[in-house]
Amino acid sequence: MTPAEDTALHASKGTIRVLQLYPRDMNIYGDWGNALVLRQRLLWHGYTPELLEYNVGDDFPEDVDLIVGGGGQDSGQIVIQDDLQARGDQLRGMAEDGTPMLVICGLYQLFGKFFKTKAGPVIPGIGILDVETVGTDERLIGNVTLTSPEFGEVMGYENHSGQTSLGSGVEPLGTVSKGAGNNSKDNHEGARHRNVVASYLHGSLLPKNPAIADFLIRTAVERKYGAFVPGTPDDDFARLAREHAARRPR
Amino acid sequence: MFSFTVPLGKLVRAVSRLRGGGSALPGLVVEKIDPGFMQRTLSSLPHGVAVVSGTNGKTTTTKMVVELLESQGLKVFTNRTGSNFTRGVAAALLGEVDWRGNLDADVAVLELDEAHAVHFVNKVPPRYCLLLNVLRDQLDRFGEIDATALLLQRIAQRTTGTVVLNREDPRVARIAGTVNGPEVLYFGLDESLRSTFPNDDDMRTAAPGTGTQVDVPAVEAADVVLRRVGTDDADFEFDGTQVSTHMKLRGVYNIFNAAAALVLARTITGASGRPGDAAKLVKALSEVAPAFGRGESLTVDGQPLELVLVKNPSGFRLGLKSFPAKGYASMIAINDNYADGRDMSWLWDVEFESLREDGVDVVTGVRAYDMALRLQYDEVRFGSVDTDIPAALAEFIRGAAGKPKRVFCTYTAMLAIRRELSKITTVEVVS
Repeated sequence: MTPAEDTALHASKGTIRVLQLYPRDMNIYGDWGNALVLRQRLLWHGYTPELLEYNVGDDFPEDVDLIVGGGGQDSGQIVIQDDLQARGDQLRGMAEDGTPMLVICGLYQLFGKFFKTKAGPVIPGIGILDVETVGTDERLIGNVTLTSPEFGEVMGYENHSGQTSLGSGVEPLGTVSKGAGNNSKDNHEGARHRNVVASYLHGSLLPKNPAIADFLIRTAVERKYGAFVPGTPDDDFARLAREHAARRPR
Repeated sequence: MFSFTVPLGKLVRAVSRLRGGGSALPGLVVEKIDPGFMQRTLSSLPHGVAVVSGTNGKTTTTKMVVELLESQGLKVFTNRTGSNFTRGVAAALLGEVDWRGNLDADVAVLELDEAHAVHFVNKVPPRYCLLLNVLRDQLDRFGEIDATALLLQRIAQRTTGTVVLNREDPRVARIAGTVNGPEVLYFGLDESLRSTFPNDDDMRTAAPGTGTQVDVPAVEAADVVLRRVGTDDADFEFDGTQVSTHMKLRGVYNIFNAAAALVLARTITGASGRPGDAAKLVKALSEVAPAFGRGESLTVDGQPLELVLVKNPSGFRLGLKSFPAKGYASMIAINDNYADGRDMSWLWDVEFESLREDGVDVVTGVRAYDMALRLQYDEVRFGSVDTDIPAALAEFIRGAAGKPKRVFCTYTAMLAIRRELSKITTVEVVS
């Protein structure tokens, strides 16, 4: 038991069930970091995290409060596509109902309408987000900084060859000031709909962007318990890591 | 045929060395004026060319193969400078050939990174290749792991004699099914050791060990199997017998690669018509010292200071596993220069719980604060955080006086640390 777990056990303000979506097949470039940050920050805010997993063929856990999903290689997306379609209605229902969700890269693409891969096959998405993705020969790689109306300056790292265009039913997460973002033409990154946050930034997104982590946590807690009573996480190192990351080349 | 290539190349090499420049420029010049130089020179070698590639362990493994072959009396050409790309090979060749362009060697053993190896084998089909592993390394350069595996497959397909594969890495072992012609040999691990080698598909999820199932071929017999690893010794099995030997090399992953080096060295000496002398091979293996920065141990203030190069999640995890924290002061140095990879995500795929008890004394490097943040989330205590490597190193040495020390560092951080250490202790010069 870690020191934070020990403290939380004695005075928990409640339990939040965090589900990792397809961690076996969609887990690349530090996606674990996002789940870890949610777990630790829940503890630091005084809540008890319960980390759950859903993989292809599993029973879908009950009473999920927050969902986090990651990226994957094209091969991973093909493995999960049928299972994801079978869960589509349920996930759409949860998203429309306001369940907070974070989806990165590969699952961002599949939360959209479709991903037309470079090799030809079209992988259908589940249409939670009004976005379409087309695989290209161009790989968008490097450090990214963007400005979000909700979360301020957001920073991370992108590495994708799928280019995503947003429809009228979603807002971008923010406007890019360094890097490419959703595609090589428009200057926006990610997508927002209800309490779903979608982004290409891995690396991981949440450690250096605690504002997004706390939005997901606050939303989950308010939906379950009515009010969120925050703790006081020490974000000095997150701030310093952001300052240094912002100065790095593309 | 006398050509001006060699004299001109040597001249450029001499000038660029005087200027203290990199090792690739003369190679570039030679490539431009005489594109056939490398192919012509290397194809004259009686035992051909062996290429060593993969994500982790190329440098140490190449060094082992060279020393094993030398113990059998073979003259070996290798690219010792760490210029593991085609121009680097051409530059290294220029340093070794005589003025008429003749290379006095029996065989060439070359370390090449995956993408450059493909360029190289397209020009010079190797007689042997040794493919170590496919792990998440610098994916910001190569794209995705499956793409990297395809690069290794291409190397195997261009190989004319023997392909040596890691039986335990499914993406490497699978290559056997894609080659027709060359003989395929494996190096392998005892079942009891397999769990110490996390494969990328087992990368951290809430329930480790449930990774994506890649099609794993049935377990093939391996030419050399690593049976056991002790603190300073190891057991290898080949030709049906088990051999125990003392090892200067540290780290389970280095010692697994020793099995790889044994397979390749045995194959080359076998083909040379003088079957390898097993006792001499094992003795040579026991004497191989780590390549620079790969578990290399220096002496500072009468205490050992170990440098452990970490450049991807599997390497870092294996480094933490192979070099236990107990009794050591630790420093971590993380840079994000091009040679290190710019993407910091890999730090989140490493678990640092093993450092929780002893903590980390100093965190440094360009991305010191990313590393500190990572430790904070794993609840590992750390002392000072300073992006300035020389200042942080001085602080580390002062603060941990009288204790053995260990530094986990990325590639360019390691170069900076060795440069600083060379001012106060003996550091092998690598030219």
